[in-house]
Amino acid sequence: MNIGKQFKEGLITQNPVLVQMLGMCSTMAITTTLFNGIGMGLSVLAILTCSNIVIAALRKIIPQKIRIAAFIVVIAGFVTMVDLLIQAFVPALVNSLGVFIPLIVVNCIILGRAEAFASKNTVLASAVDGIMQGFGYTVVLIIICVIREFLGSGTFGGGILNGGLGIRIIPEGYPALLLVLPFGGFLTLGCLIALVQHFMSRSASKEKKNEEVAE
Amino acid sequence: MSFTGILSIALGAILVENFILVKFLGICPFLGVSKKMDTALGMGFAVIFVMGLASIFCWVVNEWLLVPFNLEYMQTVVYILVIAALVQFVEMFLQKAVPSLYQALGIYLPLITTNCAVLGVALLNTQYGYNFLESVVYGITGGIGFTIAIVLFASVRERLEFADCPKAFEGFPIALVTAGLIALAFMGFSGLKVW
Repeated sequence: MNIGKQFKEGLITQNPVLVQMLGMCSTMAITTTLFNGIGMGLSVLAILTCSNIVIAALRKIIPQKIRIAAFIVVIAGFVTMVDLLIQAFVPALVNSLGVFIPLIVVNCIILGRAEAFASKNTVLASAVDGIMQGFGYTVVLIIICVIREFLGSGTFGGGILNGGLGIRIIPEGYPALLLVLPFGGFLTLGCLIALVQHFMSRSASKEKKNEEVAE
Repeated sequence: MSFTGILSIALGAILVENFILVKFLGICPFLGVSKKMDTALGMGFAVIFVMGLASIFCWVVNEWLLVPFNLEYMQTVVYILVIAALVQFVEMFLQKAVPSLYQALGIYLPLITTNCAVLGVALLNTQYGYNFLESVVYGITGGIGFTIAIVLFASVRERLEFADCPKAFEGFPIALVTAGLIALAFMGFSGLKVW
């Protein structure tokens, strides 16, 4: 087991969103304030880690043919637990995330890691994998949230700082509201993936820097 | 339920609150299966079918099984099981009854289980408190909205293959930006109402 390598894979080289292109729905739908991003990221991190541990522990018992159904039941159990915990302790998150909390069940990242990693590795390695992949997902969510919130509503830390209003950076009336609308989700993620592809191809072939692409 | 109520649900699900472009449900198949027109159309029809059936079965299970026993907190688990069983059943039925369609859909059929739009429509039906007829209409028209979006996107994407774009944007990123532009066009429908 190599924690450093798994950390690098989760965060950069095998990042669930930017490289593996998994879990797109939630990534684009809820990333409008920092609060949403952190809440969603941590929920997925917790569920991914728990389901990875349980699936790795049961990997020799679960029959090959019905493994996907078994994985989904395990995941759905943890999602229900997290859903109830959020309803009890962070009710504000229920209002802003809405149907996307129960929909973590069908988040491809969790099923993808269960199938690709947890069903083949030990409990400890799977737990570390869950934490690292969940961390990579959370970091990407936070980056997208900060960009969209800054450009779209002109604030930082909405839902958490300054009594939930966030710290205003751009005066009212100037921010491009478009970026908190669905269009902004597609555009921001597209540009972010393009940026990653750009740096990956550059580090691979040492191409000349292209300023326009980064924009 | 009046006719106009049903009509406004249908119009909402297809245009105003399109499942993909406004609600962000079912993005994975939307991006994954939209490279060719034929497969996009096949996927769209399969999703309409499964979303309609899922609305029916999840409504029945929720109303007759979960609510009488106060088990509403089990909704997520039960719905995903119902959907997984449903997709498996549809797959077996198509394999025996309509082999040609089964061949055409191929791998996309089992993947419908993990389509957020299907579980989403079941959860939203419960959340909005729709009755049986409204649930079925919402499920089927939601599927139609999905099909319209994926077919539109596939037709644009077929041309995108030959477009000249910055190297870093090739493939996935340019597809996302294009989807964003289609979402922008669909925003024009917001405010559309049936009186």
